[in-house]
Amino acid sequence: MLHSHHHIQSPARSGVQTGVDEPLIALVGQPNMGKSTLFNLLTGLNQHVGNWPGKTVEHREGHFMGGTARLVDLPGTYSLTANSPEEVITREFILREKPGVVVAVVSAANLERSLYLVAELTALNAPLVVALNMMDVAAQEGIQVEAHVLEAALGVPVIPMVAAKASGVSRMLQVVEDVLAGKIIPCPNTPEVRSDHKEMLNQIEELIEAHVPDPYPLNWVSLKLLEGDIEVTRMIQQALPAADWQKVHDILRQHDDAYMAVASGRYQWISRMLSAAMHRPHKGQIGLTERLDRWAVHPFWGLVILALILGTVYALTFAVGAPIQAWLDQTIIIPLGDLAASTLSGAPLWVRGMIVDGLIGGVGSVLTFLPILVIFFAAFAFLEDVGYMARAAYVMDSFMHVMGLHGKSFLPLFLGFGCNVPAVMGTRVIDSRPARLVTIMIAPFVPCTARMAVIAFIAPAFFGENAVWVSWGLVLLSLVVLVLSGTLLNKIFFKGERSAFIMEMPLYHVPNARTIGLSVWQRSLSFVRKAGTAILAMALLVWVFSYLPNGDLNTSYLAQFGKFLEPVGSWMGFDWRLMVSLITSFPAKENIVATLGVLFGSSADSGLTGMLAANYSTATALALLVVTVLFIPCISTVAVQKQETNSWGWTLLGIALMLGVSFAAGAATYHIGLVMGLG
Amino acid sequence: MAGTEQPTTLTGILPGESATILEFKGGQAVNNRLASLGFTPGVRVTIVQNFHSGPLIVTVRGTRVALGRGEAAKIIVEQG
Repeated sequence: MLHSHHHIQSPARSGVQTGVDEPLIALVGQPNMGKSTLFNLLTGLNQHVGNWPGKTVEHREGHFMGGTARLVDLPGTYSLTANSPEEVITREFILREKPGVVVAVVSAANLERSLYLVAELTALNAPLVVALNMMDVAAQEGIQVEAHVLEAALGVPVIPMVAAKASGVSRMLQVVEDVLAGKIIPCPNTPEVRSDHKEMLNQIEELIEAHVPDPYPLNWVSLKLLEGDIEVTRMIQQALPAADWQKVHDILRQHDDAYMAVASGRYQWISRMLSAAMHRPHKGQIGLTERLDRWAVHPFWGLVILALILGTVYALTFAVGAPIQAWLDQTIIIPLGDLAASTLSGAPLWVRGMIVDGLIGGVGSVLTFLPILVIFFAAFAFLEDVGYMARAAYVMDSFMHVMGLHGKSFLPLFLGFGCNVPAVMGTRVIDSRPARLVTIMIAPFVPCTARMAVIAFIAPAFFGENAVWVSWGLVLLSLVVLVLSGTLLNKIFFKGERSAFIMEMPLYHVPNARTIGLSVWQRSLSFVRKAGTAILAMALLVWVFSYLPNGDLNTSYLAQFGKFLEPVGSWMGFDWRLMVSLITSFPAKENIVATLGVLFGSSADSGLTGMLAANYSTATALALLVVTVLFIPCISTVAVQKQETNSWGWTLLGIALMLGVSFAAGAATYHIGLVMGLG
Repeated sequence: MAGTEQPTTLTGILPGESATILEFKGGQAVNNRLASLGFTPGVRVTIVQNFHSGPLIVTVRGTRVALGRGEAAKIIVEQG
């Protein structure tokens, strides 16, 4: 789900790799088949996560079999029709890179549907091996699968396994080696189109036969034309003489239900494959999933359960994360700063300031946020791996409709409570671009841990014991603004259109520690790389402007800029110091407190709260809190917004939206406060 | 809702009941996605959950699938 700036050479473009003799093996499979578990098991930490070139689709690649072979984890897809970039990446990779073995991961507990992708793969003429995963889950659901019968029917090796328990994997590796060595030659039995469309398929094949570009197989291209595949249709339209294309087009127009004939043909083939290989002796058995779902997806109890789970995750994050955060600060960051200050005592003042305040301060903010994020990521990965996340999306679907979104958008937004950066990246689970754009735009309205930390510092200074209620009010306010903005964006830009909600509800299963561990590791690494560099760079930049021209923040360029902005600030009751603090919150939100500390010449632990209370009215404080939760997100979030929308227009619109909303809400709060006598 | 054996939409089928899919009224992109998850004409589906509002859950070819109400309303079925 995350992106790292680790550059991976584009396999799709460069056929030639450094090791020419290195065998290439590809893993394919539908979502929820345990493909990632198998990939993690085979490669361990010997893997790289990045993006497919030019796409916001995760690219995972590693080495296995003692480092001698390359393993590429192709994106999880239900089919190979060009509905989204994932399908195109998968089929192009298999056709162009010609992996030595294509391992298709299927679930024994979900065989009928998971063989659909295998049915599609047989048309690509790739050396296919089927990894029959989740044998344990199948047994638990009362399903028996006979692998050797299936193998005989399919014509390709079928290896039963439980990837989560590493069983069956050594056999699979042996089979992969045998296929590479040519000892086993898979000859898959291929499905045919439903009989009433065979003639039509033949006509099309005859018309396009001489024009199909390399490396696309004729039969596969014809099937994709019947299925109405956008990319293949465009390709053939360009390759064909106009008159021939017109004929093809007319045939396709006459049979606009052809895609169903193709799909039905595949399912008929699957039924034949399974008739002898799969048994379900206890048909009426109520599985674990059914029992749990009676509660988890109930319109009322489902929401209660979701609220309890989210509450627990949030409480856990702070109960465990905050002490570690404080400990890191006390034992690493502060001593490091002191050490640097004393070591550099002979150095010029600006060098010392830049390193101690700029560099170490910046590293500190990245490092101290990590514990909270790690716990949050772990909880998220756990819920994902168990199979709960689809249920959360389901119960939130009705609510998300208000914004023209559907349940899947809820998951990234939830992740936003930890940090907005993974939230924006997490929008990749949403299939339609309009829904994805709206979610990316509103994700920064979810109050992240950094903003909550600022609120936790400022609110008690003014509201004492009532600070808790003020904080809850601010969270509620952000969520209301989030819903309003989402609704508005959807109305303005997408005319209230809503994307289709079709989502598999996977079977619940026992979580796998390795899968969760690697997910946390990669997300954390990605955060440190992405957020770390951005925060650090901006921290240094802000420091430089706060130092120049003569080493005093109160007369610095930054202060001059703050004074220039003071007229705008006055709408919200802000003086130049508060405006400067807001500007410095751009690299990292918690800088607000640090900057105020410098401006008032007192550190956060000593008298700053008192100084604030003495200098600002309650109305101003309320406005400051409101602006803080709604203000433009940190630089890292903006950077991933640009990356994920792939558009400066949307990125700038997001900034403008949050700037406008935060100042408007701040000004309104201030004036209401004045009217209520809080001046 | 409509009596048995009269074509209706998936939203008209009650939890625990089954229906056979007749045709799809949605756009092709949605239909392609439905097909890849197992929804094809002639297949029998069982409704797991269907309250008066909100998305449905159906079992198709051994898989549980959540369907938005709007999507389910475009799937024409015959009860039984």
